Amino acid sequence: MMRKIAIYGKGGIGKSTTTQNIVAGLAEMGKKIMVVGCDPKADSTRLLLGGMHQKTVLDTLREEGEDIDLDEIVKEGYRKIRCVESGGPEPGVGCAGRGIITAINLLEQLGAYEEKWALDYAFYDVLGDVVCGGFAMPMREGKAREIYIVVSGEMMAMYAANNICKGIVKFADAGKVRLAGLICNSRQVDNEKEMIEELAKKLGTQMIHFVPREKMVQRAEINRKTVIDYEPGHAQADEYRTLANKIEQNDMYIVPKPLEMEELESLLVEFGIV
Amino acid sequence: MLLRHTPVEIKERKSLTVNPAKACQPIGAMYAALGIHGCLPHSHGSQGCCAYHRSTLTRHYKEPIMAATSSFTEGSSVFGGQSNLLQAINNIFTIYNPDIIAVHTTCLSETIGDDVNQICRKAKDDGKVPEGKYVIHTNTPGYVGSHITGFSNMVKSMVKHFSESTGEKKNQINIISGWVEPSDMREIKKLAKNIGVKIVLFPDTSDVLDAPQRGKHSFYPKGGVTIPELKSTGDSKFTLALGRFASEAPAKELEKKCKVRYRVVDIPLGLSATDRFVTACSRAAGVNVPDSITEERGRLVDIITDMQQYFYNKKVALFGDPDHLIALTEFLVDLDMKPIHIISGTSGKQFEKRIRKILECKVPEANVKNGATADMFLLHQWIKNEPVDLLIGNTYGKYIARDEDIPFIRMGFPILDRIGHSYFPTVGYTGGMRILEKILAALMDRQDRDSLEESFELVM
Repeated sequence: MMRKIAIYGKGGIGKSTTTQNIVAGLAEMGKKIMVVGCDPKADSTRLLLGGMHQKTVLDTLREEGEDIDLDEIVKEGYRKIRCVESGGPEPGVGCAGRGIITAINLLEQLGAYEEKWALDYAFYDVLGDVVCGGFAMPMREGKAREIYIVVSGEMMAMYAANNICKGIVKFADAGKVRLAGLICNSRQVDNEKEMIEELAKKLGTQMIHFVPREKMVQRAEINRKTVIDYEPGHAQADEYRTLANKIEQNDMYIVPKPLEMEELESLLVEFGIV
Repeated sequence: MLLRHTPVEIKERKSLTVNPAKACQPIGAMYAALGIHGCLPHSHGSQGCCAYHRSTLTRHYKEPIMAATSSFTEGSSVFGGQSNLLQAINNIFTIYNPDIIAVHTTCLSETIGDDVNQICRKAKDDGKVPEGKYVIHTNTPGYVGSHITGFSNMVKSMVKHFSESTGEKKNQINIISGWVEPSDMREIKKLAKNIGVKIVLFPDTSDVLDAPQRGKHSFYPKGGVTIPELKSTGDSKFTLALGRFASEAPAKELEKKCKVRYRVVDIPLGLSATDRFVTACSRAAGVNVPDSITEERGRLVDIITDMQQYFYNKKVALFGDPDHLIALTEFLVDLDMKPIHIISGTSGKQFEKRIRKILECKVPEANVKNGATADMFLLHQWIKNEPVDLLIGNTYGKYIARDEDIPFIRMGFPILDRIGHSYFPTVGYTGGMRILEKILAALMDRQDRDSLEESFELVM
């Protein structure tokens, strides 16, 4: 049974990097995976494809019309991970949200999720907050069932995480989508680990892993690789392996209880400032 | 000369469509939904969409078309249409009391990403759907596909929501009607009855959109496929899907969901297609074709042989919907006519392939095109370059017919300026006879009009 997972989080928090490293970790364990980048910037699979420019679903659709073959938009990368980029409009024009709806619909139509691919996982790497209906597409019925939110101890990241939880509640009401945990991507904020653990507790979920800040991540990124690929023996690679393993083992799926603004602020005061 | 600006010289266009030969998805979804008994279609979007679809269907059928709308405002576009739809569902069941609401989306609600599946579930969870009542839904962005796609999507939703397999097979077959007129649906039921096969026809707009005048308005006329019938489709022995473009997707869904095998046949329009339909029906049911049907067929063949001289080598231009055009082209070729220009606004590679196959021996030089740039403008240009003796299509063809002075037969959707289509079928052998009568009348009227006094014939 394929697990469909969506990764959300504030813009710039490190979703794509974390996702690709998790996926690399799972691939090392022998899992078959597809990554669907849901970001107009189309950089969700860069580390898996070695920076190779992937033609996006929407560009292909625009240039070639509706009769597309699956292999035109799926590229295999590191350890045969199947990589797709939805793509979307340039900043300031068009509708990126609709782009995601169109791209995911098209993938389904073309049979990207069919049994013949024997996928263990499909990952959706989704841009920023759930700013409009289109960005919630991966939460709809039959799409992702597990949501992980990448967060740090910074105010805005936590605020975004809380907002994303509001989106999940809406879809969890009528469907099967659940929050599966917070991934703390450290920004070296004071008491960060404790604070995110507390946030997770208040939301009713878990902090599934605390990923420490490490220069190696950046170095691997410059070389267009995941840490696991670039420096397999490094401690940071093990962090991602641990995270991948925790996700593989995870069985905590809940409907989150989003916090009120004051509650969130008091959490910051309690852990952050003092 | 209303179209006097149409140039003879054809230049390749990449992104410009002039007078498209199609409509948008929601109108198809609305028409399909009307083929369920006691159903109120609901358009999830702004009022304008619903108003356009209702008025076009009303003008085509000369019957008041009922449909509700989520009445989006600027606020709904920003905040999403959930509250509108929830309130609408509540209001509709309270005030209009249908058995079923069939929700389809529009360009706006699709673009802002409303998840109608989630909203309809919520309506149910919140107790806004009374016991024994149903809300079904389908996605119909107007900028994808055509009215045929929307029709097909709604029919597929009927299968998704209702078809159940109880494990006990019923001695019946499903016929997915495709986009045909109420009169055609009535004719298909009549044919099946004469053959002696029990069918569930869906959707079925007969007795809904051709309801008799009873002196009293009935909000939900007696026709339409019922919910128990729709549920039973999962237990049928077999499914016949009429027309690949409109009916294959629901048939496939039914096979996937309830393991009911299916076969796609053409809409039974014209001699050969009706033959295949009748054969398929009788095989599926394991019965012989009765004499009454063989005799009906004989009458059609008799007209063809009597009047062959008038059909022979006449050039025809056609436009409309793919499933219809495929069957009609074959019929015209059977009559020794030459369909030389064929246009459909609905895309799909299968169309041209199929038409070319039908034309390959007799009219290999024909112009055939479908998709967004296959429009009325191009058809008109083709006609200017190679004139025809007859034009067949919906009402929008009247401008070309007038400018080019071509006999014109109205067939397809929409027909806004004549009646008859909802009462007299074009499918089956009887429908074939009606098409022949129309073609002959158009061609002979033209001959009478144009003949010199000395060759003006009493007997033709």
